Amino acid sequence: MFGFFKKSPVSKAAAPEVSAGWMARLRSGLRSSRQKLQQGLGGLFGGRLDDAWFETLEEALISADVGSKASAALIAELKQEARHQHIDKPEDLKPLLKKALVHLLAPLECPLASNEHRPHIILFVGVNGAGKTTTIGKLAQHLMQQGHSVLLAAGDTFRAAAVAQLAAWGQRNNVPVITQEKGDSAAVIFDAIQAARARGIDVVLADTAGRLPTQLHLMEEIRKVKRVVTKADATAPHEILLVLDANTGQNALAQVRAFDDALGLTGLIVTKLDGTARGGVVAAIAGERPIPIRFIGVGEALEDLHPFNASEFVDALIE
Amino acid sequence: MLDNLTERLSGVIKTLRGQARLSESNIQDALREVRLALLEADVALPVVKDFIQEVREQALGQAVLSSLTPGQAFIGVVHQSLTKLMGEQGAGLNLATQPPAVILMAGLQGSGKTTSSGKLAKLLKEQLKKKVLLVSCDVYRPAAIEQLHVLAQSLGVDWFPSEAGQVPESIAAAALDHARRHFYDVLIVDTAGRLAIDEEMMREIQQLHRTLNPVETLFVVDAMQGQDAVNTARAFGEALPLTGVILTKLDGDARGGAALSVRHVTGKPVKFIGVGEKLTGLEPFHPERMASRILGMGDVLSLIEEAHRTVDRAEAEKLAHKIKKGQGFDLEDFKAQIAQMKKAGGLGAMMDKLPSQLTRGLQSNPSVDDRSLARIEGIINSMTPAERRNPELLKASRKRRIAAGAGVQVQEVNRLLSQFEQMQKMMKMLSRGGLGKMMRGMKGLMPGLQ
Ligand SMILES: Nc1nc2c(ncn2[C@@H]2O[C@H](COP(=O)(O)OP(=O)(O)OP(=O)(O)O)[C@@H](O)[C@H]2O)c(=O)[nH]1
Ligand SMILES: Nc1nc2c(ncn2[C@@H]2O[C@H](COP(=O)(O)OP(=O)(O)OP(=O)(O)O)[C@@H](O)[C@H]2O)c(=O)[nH]1
Ligand SMILES: [Mg+2]
Ligand SMILES: [Mg+2]
Repeated sequence: MFGFFKKSPVSKAAAPEVSAGWMARLRSGLRSSRQKLQQGLGGLFGGRLDDAWFETLEEALISADVGSKASAALIAELKQEARHQHIDKPEDLKPLLKKALVHLLAPLECPLASNEHRPHIILFVGVNGAGKTTTIGKLAQHLMQQGHSVLLAAGDTFRAAAVAQLAAWGQRNNVPVITQEKGDSAAVIFDAIQAARARGIDVVLADTAGRLPTQLHLMEEIRKVKRVVTKADATAPHEILLVLDANTGQNALAQVRAFDDALGLTGLIVTKLDGTARGGVVAAIAGERPIPIRFIGVGEALEDLHPFNASEFVDALIE
Repeated sequence: MLDNLTERLSGVIKTLRGQARLSESNIQDALREVRLALLEADVALPVVKDFIQEVREQALGQAVLSSLTPGQAFIGVVHQSLTKLMGEQGAGLNLATQPPAVILMAGLQGSGKTTSSGKLAKLLKEQLKKKVLLVSCDVYRPAAIEQLHVLAQSLGVDWFPSEAGQVPESIAAAALDHARRHFYDVLIVDTAGRLAIDEEMMREIQQLHRTLNPVETLFVVDAMQGQDAVNTARAFGEALPLTGVILTKLDGDARGGAALSVRHVTGKPVKFIGVGEKLTGLEPFHPERMASRILGMGDVLSLIEEAHRTVDRAEAEKLAHKIKKGQGFDLEDFKAQIAQMKKAGGLGAMMDKLPSQLTRGLQSNPSVDDRSLARIEGIINSMTPAERRNPELLKASRKRRIAAGAGVQVQEVNRLLSQFEQMQKMMKMLSRGGLGKMMRGMKGLMPGLQ
């Protein structure tokens, strides 16, 4: 149950290998954590379908960060279905659980379109340390494999060595990185858009500094960044992606609300799903703000970024 | 959604009213609300279960003081138990060893290890006058070493160079040797972020620990972390003899239940909290404040005490009832509030009761002035009871009359009315989201109070 994306990880210490099929990698690791969880649940899919059973299921959902409210809603739905279909064995309920989750998450499965505009301008936002810069590095590679030319904008002008970090990803991918000695985030990104236009680049990936929604002046700053981007290109930004750390608990909901209210998000990226955190808060988010999940991050290497696939996600979740 | 324990309990507490003792049956519902509040605050489920058990035992049979409602008595028990669980206060750094005292930083990716290394260096250098050396063993993440270098430079703290091609253990050994030879008091060793299930990386940090024999091994945890905090804390705690925890990003609005999970699993004290990206953003840990924050109720106990001393209980309940309904907060109530604020020692005293993360923005604002409260009171006094209940009545001519009556300019009346409107909004927030949200709302209100 909900042991999705657990894997005996490809150690970051090991030399990065060529992608050995990420589902395979995830599944191999899933086994152990799944076993662990099943022990914890005392064989959830055995026994009788009684209140205690549903309670155990609810606890499993909560332990996956689904949250008490979304878990309760899911359980209520399941109970109703069970009654409706005269189901009394837990095994028979499993497909229903899967169906309910897929139903919830499938609408979020909505790949990134990056060829409608040129340059296609994508703004990355999120709280501190969520994985924005690393995701940009990974996405650059992903886009280049699809034949797009890419340019990076070093819009984090605040954190120590943030520019150097993005520049390193630029070097790894062999793509240009626009930086400024002085100048704020908006100015750098404005500059990068001009440069992309001049060079006929397809996609601009703009990094920004991490910010917490409580830092009102920083939320104002990011709104300004958006306005300036629109000044540089009236149709832009074409995507505003919120990067979420899968380790985050219920605060992820607050993050989505705050950034969506401030900027109008077009997508989410959920990182660090290679760890033991389940990222189940996504289910709560899906219920409240059904914003497409463009990608998931499953590691720190270039190839560790994958389009979100609801069915695979749920398969890994409940198998 | 209810996201505040006080709010959650307000319904349940009614059923507790008039009962002299807390009993198994009358606290059942209240305990369920506590469970939900803790889960919403991201306290891990196994920890919540243990905690509820503890509260049940503490609460049962407890006599309710005559000055408290049973609900307040129950909140008191919850809060005390939580504070106790959060651990001791002011467990500072232990540097009692043959110098150099080594501090090893460990944690998940992006939790705040490098920034916290810089913050500790600043604290040690400036407050404890220590000679500090910083070194990074993060040979993996791009520009991780450079990040620490930049921080060291900005602090004027010495930095031991390392490079991406090197082996972490060799870097650590060389840095330790350098620190010994050059008589550093403290060596702070930053490490790469790692997953608890990355066995190779966990072995690496165990090896670093053996090489360095640190006097402090600090586990750096993001306050936004969810249920998995128990698993990672257990794994790090099993791999390393942790000596303490640094809880970062508490300047956000996460309730920080991870603090309780990590504390419960590792048994190690939270030594510091991170409250900002800047290197000044490191503070000692206050268990009581953390307990209040997790419960979502500010420093509610002191507020309750204060309220008991100064506020007419019947009046307070009337107001609370109105606020709860999110309606009908009128100028009459506003006036009553101001009178109570004055009795409670003015705004400044109220602010002191609230957790620092909520009032930080206020302290730098000298314009908060209790005298303005008196002027506001004067203006409201010049209104008729009908006007107080129904401020929409206040058109230009009435405003002129009121201004004349209170001896102020019409603009001041207008300002009061817009402040009142904001206050009304705030009260709605209070009814929805509790003190935390209200305080944030107040930040916007303060400059207008001149
Ligand atoms: N295991 C794992 N680590 C990741 C993943 N994505 C990012 N990280 C790591 O998380 C840490 C933070 O990533 P960054 O890309 O620097 O995050 P950021 O949001 O740019 O951070 P700030 O700019 O400081 O706010 C780094 O150590 C990354 O290597 C992921 O999918 N899996
Ligand atoms: N708002 C806030 N941000 C913080 C705090 N502590 C760290 N940060 C930010 O969180 C992000 C990650 O911090 P780092 O110090 O780079 O984290 P790390 O654990 O060294 O990350 P890796 O080395 O990539 O694993 C940066 O943007 C920091 O500025 C804090 O207490 N409050
Ligand atoms: Mg970054
Ligand atoms: Mg670091």
